[in-house]
Amino acid sequence: MPVILLLLLFLHGSLAAQKRAITGRVTDSKDGSPLQGVTVQAKGAVSGGVITGVDGRFKIAVDQPVKVLVFSSVGYGIQEVPVGDGPIQVVLTGSAAGLNEIVVIGYGTAKKTDLTGAIATVSEKDFQKGTITTPEQMIAGKIPGVSIISNSGQPGAGSTIRIRGGASLNASNDPLIVLDGVPLSNDAIPGSGSPLSFINADDVESFTVLKDASAAAIYGTRASNGVIIITTKKGHAGSLKVNLNSVNSVGSITGKVSVLSAAQFRSVVNANGTAAQIAQMGAASTDWQDQIYQAAIGTNNTISLSGGIKALPYRLSFGYQDQNGVLKTDNLRKTTLSFTLNPSFFDNHLKVDLNLRGSTETARFGNQSAIGGAVSFDPTQPVYTKSPRFGGYYEWLDPTSATGLQNLAGRNPLGLLNETYNRGTPERSIGNLQLDYKFHFLPDLHAKVNAGYDINKGAGYTFVPDSAASSYIAGGTGGENNPYKQTTTNTLFEAYLNYTRDLKQIKSHLDVVGGYSYNDYLSKVYNYASFYANDSMVVNSQPAFPFDKPEHRLLSYFGRLNYTFEDRYLLTATVRRDGSSRFAPGHQWGWFPSVALAWKINEERFLRDVPSISDLKLRLGFGITGQQDGIPNYGYLADYSLSNSSASYEFGSNYYQGYRPAGYNPALTWEQTATSNIGLDYGFLDNRITGSIDLYEKKTSHLLNTIPQPAGSNFSAFFIANVGNMTNKGVEFNINAQPIRSRNLTWDVGFNITYNENKITNLTVIPGDTSYIGFPSGNIAGGIGGQFAFMNSVGRPKNTFFLYQQVYDKSGKPIEGVFVDQNKDGIINQSDQVWSKSADPKVFLGFSTNVTFKKWSAGFVLRGSFGNYDYNNIWSQTGNLTQILGNSVLYNASTNYLTTGFKGGNGQQLLSDYYISNASFLRMDNINVGYNAGKIMRGQAVLRLNLSVQNVFVITKYQGLDPEIAAAAPPPTPGGSVSLGNPGIDNNLYPRPRTIALGINIGF
Amino acid sequence: MKRNQSSIIITAAAVLVVLGSCKKTLDLSPTNDITAPAVYSTPAGYTEAMAKVYGAFALTGNTGGTGQPDISTQIISDEGNSDFLRMWFNLQELTTDEAAWTWENDAGIQGLHEMSWSSINPIIDGLYYRSFFQITLCNDFVRQSTDALLASRGITGASADTIRHYRAEARFLRAFQYWVLMDLYANPPFVDENSPIATAIPKQIQRADLYNYIVSELKAIDGDLAPARQNLYGRADQGAEWALLARVYLNAQVYTGTADYTDAITYCNKVIAAGYSLIPSYPDLVLADDNLNTDEFIFTINYDGTYTQTYGGTTYLVHGPAGIPGSVSGSNGTWGGLRCTQDFVSLFPDNSGATDQRAQFYTNGQTLDMKDLYTGTDGFSTFKYRNVTRTGGPAPDADAAGNFSDIDFPLFRLGEIYLIYAESVLRGGSGGDAGTALNYINLLRTRAWGGNTAGNITAADLTTNFILDERGRELYYEAFRRTDLVRYGEFTTSAYLWAWKGGVLGGSAVADKYNLFPLPSTDLSANPNLIQNPGY
Repeated sequence: MPVILLLLLFLHGSLAAQKRAITGRVTDSKDGSPLQGVTVQAKGAVSGGVITGVDGRFKIAVDQPVKVLVFSSVGYGIQEVPVGDGPIQVVLTGSAAGLNEIVVIGYGTAKKTDLTGAIATVSEKDFQKGTITTPEQMIAGKIPGVSIISNSGQPGAGSTIRIRGGASLNASNDPLIVLDGVPLSNDAIPGSGSPLSFINADDVESFTVLKDASAAAIYGTRASNGVIIITTKKGHAGSLKVNLNSVNSVGSITGKVSVLSAAQFRSVVNANGTAAQIAQMGAASTDWQDQIYQAAIGTNNTISLSGGIKALPYRLSFGYQDQNGVLKTDNLRKTTLSFTLNPSFFDNHLKVDLNLRGSTETARFGNQSAIGGAVSFDPTQPVYTKSPRFGGYYEWLDPTSATGLQNLAGRNPLGLLNETYNRGTPERSIGNLQLDYKFHFLPDLHAKVNAGYDINKGAGYTFVPDSAASSYIAGGTGGENNPYKQTTTNTLFEAYLNYTRDLKQIKSHLDVVGGYSYNDYLSKVYNYASFYANDSMVVNSQPAFPFDKPEHRLLSYFGRLNYTFEDRYLLTATVRRDGSSRFAPGHQWGWFPSVALAWKINEERFLRDVPSISDLKLRLGFGITGQQDGIPNYGYLADYSLSNSSASYEFGSNYYQGYRPAGYNPALTWEQTATSNIGLDYGFLDNRITGSIDLYEKKTSHLLNTIPQPAGSNFSAFFIANVGNMTNKGVEFNINAQPIRSRNLTWDVGFNITYNENKITNLTVIPGDTSYIGFPSGNIAGGIGGQFAFMNSVGRPKNTFFLYQQVYDKSGKPIEGVFVDQNKDGIINQSDQVWSKSADPKVFLGFSTNVTFKKWSAGFVLRGSFGNYDYNNIWSQTGNLTQILGNSVLYNASTNYLTTGFKGGNGQQLLSDYYISNASFLRMDNINVGYNAGKIMRGQAVLRLNLSVQNVFVITKYQGLDPEIAAAAPPPTPGGSVSLGNPGIDNNLYPRPRTIALGINIGF
Repeated sequence: MKRNQSSIIITAAAVLVVLGSCKKTLDLSPTNDITAPAVYSTPAGYTEAMAKVYGAFALTGNTGGTGQPDISTQIISDEGNSDFLRMWFNLQELTTDEAAWTWENDAGIQGLHEMSWSSINPIIDGLYYRSFFQITLCNDFVRQSTDALLASRGITGASADTIRHYRAEARFLRAFQYWVLMDLYANPPFVDENSPIATAIPKQIQRADLYNYIVSELKAIDGDLAPARQNLYGRADQGAEWALLARVYLNAQVYTGTADYTDAITYCNKVIAAGYSLIPSYPDLVLADDNLNTDEFIFTINYDGTYTQTYGGTTYLVHGPAGIPGSVSGSNGTWGGLRCTQDFVSLFPDNSGATDQRAQFYTNGQTLDMKDLYTGTDGFSTFKYRNVTRTGGPAPDADAAGNFSDIDFPLFRLGEIYLIYAESVLRGGSGGDAGTALNYINLLRTRAWGGNTAGNITAADLTTNFILDERGRELYYEAFRRTDLVRYGEFTTSAYLWAWKGGVLGGSAVADKYNLFPLPSTDLSANPNLIQNPGY
């Protein structure tokens, strides 16, 4: 409502003033080529600039008194040029690190040279290229301290993003993502692989990562895991610019899980099986993994129009992506529409920034149980039978069962894919209106308002025909036809004042921000009964309630002071007061302060004249951030929930649904992380070498930790309480260099490396309680009821493996079921399990390089991870004879069986440290070659071509399919629930494809 | 123009002030969940709360099958394993000659039959936490159902009387769970309706003190429970209370060091005098329509294929036994897990069921000898639990997929009372006599022989050792075996060895500490008041 009021106000505005026109051309100092897309503004204007065309030319109308134009471009910094009467020639110098860049920080912007915190920016020219279905993949390997791991090879699957190791154990470790000023919820959207997949990667201009608390504390209780600010492209005044971008790709799997061939399988069964089992074998030789994978074709097209109608800059983009998965039947179709308007009114006193984006997806999710199914299905059986039953797919039959199918036998993997129709049709719209009003009577004071929304609808259904073996019921009433739906309405309102002033008398500059923020996250989750394929309802499957409306809310007040003295001593102090609805009254509000100091050493007299040092800045920061994401909305509240009808209890002959009290913790509050950071930014040789080094320590206390409650003291044995401490310490280093910079040839190199050490320092109410071994995590498949690979214990990193120590024979072969009896009591039991390595890497790095020669360019991105270990659950589960012969039907085994000869059936063997191995790796993420054809169509257009290969190769000693196992695997199931997996446990990962993509970009 | 601008400024400033001050509340509440005063505001609400108190026995959570577990996944990650009966059965039976489970990789299985468990075992931990879950539900109900609260909520008359019965039943269920904890873990923490939620750490209670509490609590509720055989099916009455007292007294020597067989006989007599009788045919005992067996059943846990769905409970006892086709068990097939040792099978002189019909063994494809502990075909399995009606028809409330069982599980039935009576008489309790004891045993044996007295025994045959074997034959797979073997001193010692006891094929004695289960290490870390059982 108030937004509309303000919109109405614009209409009274006056756009007219006395103008004159200035023309000119902008070129690159490197090679003299024209620079397109450079923003040209009158000095002092907040908006209302133009951008240069494909030929580098521009024409701008400015007010009479304007004497200076400001030229800015991402990667080239800012340059001020005085204007005379005639056309002007401007030469911009590219800077490898873009030190003059304007960086978006929380509630404002800052020049990169003036930053006091650990902040990193990646802009479009440094994005990874190729087939991108979620935008964060574009900055993988580009920023020290930031690890981005795609959760799987499924199109649209999200990534696990960790900034400096993640601050939490049981609460969320995901950073806060802010899109053009709208903080996004990390909650999954049903029917979509990732909440970020709705953003068209082609619309993104830059990512800014706030890593330390002094930078992030302005976001208070949401900032413990860092903040990623995504800024999208905006319009600029000037003539219409059209850009067409098309990427077409084909992807394929890079390898298969190593299992017995049909011939190997036959000989094992013939040698070891009973007569009945030998007779069970078929005559075929089927490679089931070949059956379920395909070459994945994809196309991604974006058309964008930008320009300005008078002083009304706009940008409109439309994207369409159609991406198949390498798993057959997997497909994602996505349409995105983005619209921005950034006009200014009242002589630039009111700047308006309107962002609206909408997208729809139509996804079919391949049934991922086929991945494990293909590993273990009997390779001697054919894919199809002539019988029309079960869709014509071969299945294990049992004439004595009611369904005709073997109970508990695996189903035909290809049948699982083709006979499951799992469709998601989510829609999302995110938008905001930002007003920046410069007071007429006090131009140093700005009033800013940001009103935003994030509305989405997750919906879809799962249909399985009644002929499908996976849910066959005798009599033809099987299958399923189950819809799901959830709508979300998140609203944001922020208002703040910004006062900036140069205090020349005391050589100071002041920049103060203070404001208020309101965020509301409201969903409506619909509950449905279950249905068979023929639309008849499964008896008694009605939910207890037709819908649920989970909601949480944040209120905040924040302030920031930036003070600069003599342009070389910088102070930033921030404070945020946050209130969260997730805690009980009395525990809702908290303070989150930070302070940072920076010293531009190179501006001191003793260095000012040293030409080789172009930048040297020391940064010190300390701050406290909080965390309240990833915990229940009402965990503090004593409430009762009614059971479903299928969980009723019979008294007499009536059935009653039951009220269950939930465990609750009235003392629950946020966890907090205190971060100290020391950083040094450097630049040498006219900034041809730039970079930074940062040392940090993050101490998280009051961990939101799911801990055991004393039995009998509450309704639940485990729930979230604020108990425990954890530290992350590390070093980040990055260097960007331009070894060659000449007219025809440039060579850029970027390298970053991070060392992070995680340690749990307390987990119990009584610190130092040694009787508490820790909490297990990391589910291992292969046993029912949960067996865990990790034990998270005090004094060790999280995700540390806790297994039996395998005993080997003289030839180095593991002896099945024989482990080191650590306490020498003659029995091997849980007390003989030992801690070993962690699944989390100690070191990770990224290396990028790019060479430009005349119209050609070529580059690659390497990414590595060291000190991380994986548990090969495929070996442990399927690498034994029991896997093949120990069930009612035959199953295929991992070729690891040929190495170990394990008989199987020993429950402890699953917990052997034989199955963990070093999963350090170096991955060639991306190689690309580009050709800038320059002007075509008589100078009307510019054409650029790009050929890239993603996931080129991996160098690793790890013997499984892929050493990189993200924390969130398997990927989100339709219906919205993300089943959180574990890093480092390798079991039926959706393979990451190797993709070859050809990109064409035409600009008019 | 000027006027225009100042009006804009004023308006914009006003908008900012208005929006800045619209500080909305942070106190949100859930949509569907309600608070305790709302639940306990009507008689219907009390009934729904009571449905959960009872349902905590049968169900694993708030959704049939799996979905909203009661027990945290940190304790048991597979919800289907987290119900009371499946875990109790596993601890009472898999540790004995009666049963072994094929799938060693299933969490907590390994070490149970071999008797080498530790304080980190999801089944041992799980039953402990499940028992306390029901105890805290009972406490909550008892707390909310005082006469004063009922009066203050305007609940009077017949509704109030019903709730008073509920209250006594909640206390009975709590006493039952404390008996389970006393029997398996000896010295658990103790909480009752006076213990606050979320703000206090429970104290540990010693086994003998817990015994006194259980006995006095059961006696205290006697007048508030419905008379024996007078309550609605599925709800506890005086018969259940007396039966539990008889069971507790039978094992008094184990729990307190002092035997009390006389009181055991006293309470058996009270049960028997209430007019229970054996149903005619043993094979009809635990079938889908066993709700008809109210002559014999004293108190049951009720399951239903449509309304009370669980992967534990009798669903487990239907699917669990190895090798039994779905057409026999009345389900969609076997999970291939449960088998008996040859030592147990040999308690029956004839394992075909032709004479003693209680020998309901499935032998097709199964070998008698359990050569390997973890091979599904080693050892006979039993089809005692079948999800079919007496006439062989499908279960009345069967689910279409054939997953869930309709069989109600008898926690107490007359057969056990007869056996307690006879054993207590033989062990010197007064208030009964040997002739009646022999008669009761022969009632069981006549039924076992299909109404034929050929299997009847003489007074000379009736010894305590005979009773132990007879309890095996009559009550097997009803979660008695471990308690019985402990009472007879045969559980850990070499007095009785069975296949794979102690982890060796021929069986071996194990340390005495295995007569008790350890307290979960998770609770020891959470509750500094606890002291672990000796040896763990």
